[in-house]
Amino acid sequence: MTQLVKINVTVNGVSYEREVEPRLLLSDFIRHDLKLTGTHVGCEHGLCGACTILFDGESVRSCIMFAVMADRHTIETVESLGTPDHLHPLQEAFMEKHALQCGFCTPGFLMTLVDYLGDNKNPTDEEIREAIDGNFCRCTGYENIVEAVRLAAKKMAAHS
Amino acid sequence: MKPAPFEYYAPKTVEEALQNLTDLGYSGKVLAGGQSLIPAMNFRMARPSALVDLNTVAELAYIRPTADGGIAIGTMTRDSVVEYDPIVKQRMPIVAETIGYIAHAQIRARGTFGGAIAHADPAAQLPALSLALNAKLLVKRKGGERWVTAEEFIVGPFMTVLEPEDLLVEVVLPPLAPRTAGSYKQVSRQRGGYAQAATISMVGLDDRDRVKDVRCVLFSVGETPILSKYAAKVLVGNEPTEAAIADVAAYVAKNECDPGSDLHGTAEYRRQLVQVLVRRSLTEAVLRAKK
Repeated sequence: MTQLVKINVTVNGVSYEREVEPRLLLSDFIRHDLKLTGTHVGCEHGLCGACTILFDGESVRSCIMFAVMADRHTIETVESLGTPDHLHPLQEAFMEKHALQCGFCTPGFLMTLVDYLGDNKNPTDEEIREAIDGNFCRCTGYENIVEAVRLAAKKMAAHS
Repeated sequence: MKPAPFEYYAPKTVEEALQNLTDLGYSGKVLAGGQSLIPAMNFRMARPSALVDLNTVAELAYIRPTADGGIAIGTMTRDSVVEYDPIVKQRMPIVAETIGYIAHAQIRARGTFGGAIAHADPAAQLPALSLALNAKLLVKRKGGERWVTAEEFIVGPFMTVLEPEDLLVEVVLPPLAPRTAGSYKQVSRQRGGYAQAATISMVGLDDRDRVKDVRCVLFSVGETPILSKYAAKVLVGNEPTEAAIADVAAYVAKNECDPGSDLHGTAEYRRQLVQVLVRRSLTEAVLRAKK
């Protein structure tokens, strides 16, 4: 008999109550149960960073957490950032600087960086590279991502 | 689904967790931060039949400065919380320095101080740090508790003295003597990746700059983190001169580690890394201790 656990999770400001199997990964819960497919899964063992989300405001990898661990916690996914008409300054910067090509890794980069830039308003290039050291991008060679982060920091400073 | 099915327990207190572990015996496994266990379960390399999740045990997450100048850390305290704690930084800067090398920020936000030590990965930073700082570990089981030193705790790769019903609940880092400082050095192919070789050195000096105490730990170059006996034998009571440190580095690399060969480097190359890293970390620790 399959054990089901009732969880209550707030995702992007909406509260969800669901019953889940304990072995359900948080990434799969977000994608399959909540149908929020902006969170991507790449390596599924915590290396590539594509599945990064905010968990109680901190960037974490959702593929190495169980959904049951999110009970009574708050999550933000890439869907919380902006809409096509009103992009987040970080998304604008990624677009303007061509910081994505296939785009698969982008949600993970954005969720890593939205947390990082919240605490670090004016990072150096070296600090930017350190901030993204847990995210793989196989297209861009990272140069344009670093440029985009620099631009995003300026945009975010102007917004605040 | 990726992981195999398991029974799930979410105790609210240490007492409940100990009861769960006693009831489950060999079929139970503790889930701490999950940053090593869950990847292994995703590949079904680990298939525990029951998990006791400590994330719901609030009383296990704390940092408590002790009256004697040490620090007590609850087993479920997140790495990033320890990394940025001002008292930890002030009393033992080597702790934050070391944690900065653990994987990536996203992992440090979830990984736990005690979980990493109990996992005893020979390539991991915190088991080595606990050895370098001569940590005392509080292990509880239903109806009993005992203190274990970091040296006794780890018995092999991914193996500790913990029995199925045991829980590591607290790590106590004893106070550092005056004029004691540490240094972390590693070589890895990329930031956040496993080290090909790494060392943590703690050096204490007397008022005439002679070595009073030295703990030089190597890791990722053997089945467990290794505390160099030779460093203590030849340095204590003597001045840590360039020549003395070079002698220790050469001896340690030749005789006290046992690195393997892999795709990214031969055993010989990694021994050479050990020699360089031991020299650099001892030298830096001495410099810092003099300040």
